[in-house]
Amino acid sequence: MTLLDVRDLRVSYRSSGPAVRGIDLQVQAGEVVAVVGESGSGKSTTAHAVLGLLAAGGRVDGGQVLFDGQDLVGLGERRLRAVRGREIGLVPQDPTVSLNPVKRIGEQVAEVLIIHALADRRTAALDAVELLAAAGLPDPELRARQFPHHLSGGMRQRVLVAIALAAKPKLLIADEPTSALDVTVQRQILDLIEQATRESGTAVLLVTHDLGIAAERASRLIVMSDGRVVETGPTADVLSDPQHEYTRTLLSAVPRIDAAPARPRRTDGRPLLVVEDLAKDFPLGRGRTLRAVDGVSFQVHAGETFALVGESGSGKSTTARLVLRLTDPTAGTVTFDGRDVTRVSGRTLRDLRRHVQVVYQNPFASLDPRFTVAEIVEEPLRVFRVGSRTSRRDRARDLLTRVALPASVLQRRPAELSGGQRQRVAIARALSLQPSLVVCDEPVSALDVSVQAQVLELFAELQDELGLAYLFISHDLAVVRQLADHVGVMQAGRLVEAGPADEIFAAPSHPYTRELLAAVPGTLRSHT
Amino acid sequence: MTELLARPIAADAVAEPVASRRPITARLARFLASRPGLVISVAFVALVLIAVAGPDLFTSRDPLAAAPTQKLHAPGWHHLFGTDQIGRDMFARVVHGAAQSLRASLLAVLLASVIGSLVGLVSGFAGGWVDGLIMRVIDVLLAIPALLLSLAFVTALGFGTTNVAIAVGLASIARFARIMRAEVLRISTSLYVEAARACGARRYSILARHVLPNAYGPVVALATLQFGLAILAVSALSFLGYGATPPAPEWGSLVAQGRDYLGTAWWLTTLPGLTVAATVLATNRIARAIDGEWSAAR
Repeated sequence: MTLLDVRDLRVSYRSSGPAVRGIDLQVQAGEVVAVVGESGSGKSTTAHAVLGLLAAGGRVDGGQVLFDGQDLVGLGERRLRAVRGREIGLVPQDPTVSLNPVKRIGEQVAEVLIIHALADRRTAALDAVELLAAAGLPDPELRARQFPHHLSGGMRQRVLVAIALAAKPKLLIADEPTSALDVTVQRQILDLIEQATRESGTAVLLVTHDLGIAAERASRLIVMSDGRVVETGPTADVLSDPQHEYTRTLLSAVPRIDAAPARPRRTDGRPLLVVEDLAKDFPLGRGRTLRAVDGVSFQVHAGETFALVGESGSGKSTTARLVLRLTDPTAGTVTFDGRDVTRVSGRTLRDLRRHVQVVYQNPFASLDPRFTVAEIVEEPLRVFRVGSRTSRRDRARDLLTRVALPASVLQRRPAELSGGQRQRVAIARALSLQPSLVVCDEPVSALDVSVQAQVLELFAELQDELGLAYLFISHDLAVVRQLADHVGVMQAGRLVEAGPADEIFAAPSHPYTRELLAAVPGTLRSHT
Repeated sequence: MTELLARPIAADAVAEPVASRRPITARLARFLASRPGLVISVAFVALVLIAVAGPDLFTSRDPLAAAPTQKLHAPGWHHLFGTDQIGRDMFARVVHGAAQSLRASLLAVLLASVIGSLVGLVSGFAGGWVDGLIMRVIDVLLAIPALLLSLAFVTALGFGTTNVAIAVGLASIARFARIMRAEVLRISTSLYVEAARACGARRYSILARHVLPNAYGPVVALATLQFGLAILAVSALSFLGYGATPPAPEWGSLVAQGRDYLGTAWWLTTLPGLTVAATVLATNRIARAIDGEWSAAR
């Protein structure tokens, strides 16, 4: 039986024009369908249009959303409210902002039941605890009395799943339910959704940018690009025999955890950066401290890539900041090119900055919005008074060519560029002083998968051409596998395992490394 | 496969859609069309500014010429705002008064914003005990009502429009310092400032090139808002007799002088009062537009 039947749906935003340009999709009762696509493909807009929850300025221009035979487009707000939460549940993207911070967890779960008159105030509280228990929260009675900030991201997402499934809806829409979560937590949440919906026969419309997740969880795939459905079919068929050009590009861009790296590992460089017993404490107030980095030691060799992997809060970004000398270590030493730079300041520190540059995770925040691209790329040169004004402009043009950007972007501002283009600008800036080490803090995790593949390719090319060393911070093991010569795995501030990349991936010895590797959504491997 | 890997780089770099660059005029037209209140405010403030620059464009009458035969005429076609107790044309007096009032307000806002921003900048950027000390002084200033503070200053400085302006300006330094400090703190912790530090940029170069240009937006919005309040404060002080010396017209003193005839000639207080109110409301509306409405409408 067709539960959800979207016909020729068109949605546009007042500010940016059409977002969904006439799509058709069906979800059968009890089926798991994944909508995959990159940012701007219209996948989230589609999900929200089904529920009539478009952002301000969004409008359905035409088409039908038939749910159980009833057209939801043009249905009054009151009638829609009866459908939302009762018939269709929604798991939103970011668990950190999707719960009301001033209401207790239990009340927020009970709210759904009370709104749809499935329980009265007294029984709702009890039901809420049961729902929380069913969502796999430990100590559900205690959790129900807590506020959202007491819970971790994964636990909050469990609460949101509990809320979405509270009224036993026929359809669950999960909009990127795990993209804000660590890979091991991601797996648990997806398992929870799968198990809970299978038991109740709830259909799932899973919106995701991650082909790995879609491949692992869905029986049918809908591939969207630029507001259109470009391909649809059973998951196995789409993955093994993609018909559309776009699907093929998307599939080839996904970094594979099991694929052999594109180039040979290099393991013969001299030690460039030596970090020994590095530790960093952050004060928590009242004399207590948090040890974010605890006794970390590793070496980065010239011309090679050392990757630090770990989940959020493992201390890998703090380690990067310590290496960059943006913050001072509590203990330990940092040696760069044979010189102890742990405590240097003034002229020596500036000299270090010449040789060690950084590329940040978020290209939207790391570029000054008021600068033009030319000013951004020239800034390090200007700071160190390298060359004249015209020679700096020439160098900027060269650098942009090197990162495959046209010279025409020189006069643009960051806001006029796409995410991938911005990250290329950030890379050009990092290269302008010809550093020997570039610290890359999650440089591709904010980018779409196809753009990510191109930027990674660029990193590899630049390393081969310029003999750069990278300290590459990432949570994504598949990305690390492609690029790294050596890998260090961090957990709770400690480096639990380190060694040549091939050994870590082939024979991980620490249980945490094994857990990380196992959590990578990887059904893709059976289809390739 | 190799082909596919090579091509998308070029595609991303060149053909990737760049965020739309709508012509600025079209955007402005659409922005204003949906905000009639803002259009009226801008038009009104423009009229007031023209009155400051060339009051003769609005009226050919002399604001000081008395005509005892025409005293206390109600507003009509001949005298738009009526006449006062010695037959001076009120419209001419209000138009000529704009220059005095607005010049004083402008001076007050300039003084407050420049000194306030500098104090906030130093406070936010220096941090530590310097920040602590400056902020405690600012707290004290904020704790005293602004008008009371201006009164104290003007008593110390002496009477006159310029002194009133300085007094009003000094009294509103604290608000600018607070806003500037908050902006500096926000921007100092932003990623692009850290990126500049990692590039090797010096502290003062970061301050001048990154922090200041990104911080002044809210300060400009506050300045517009403060302009309206300054008009009120300057008028209040001249109403109390600290400002312009009679017979020179000034909005506050016009209201003050009309007080004696409140029972018989309502227009002497009401019309200058409404002019002050309208100017303040209009500048407030424009301040709201500057403070984010434009960028949010993108």
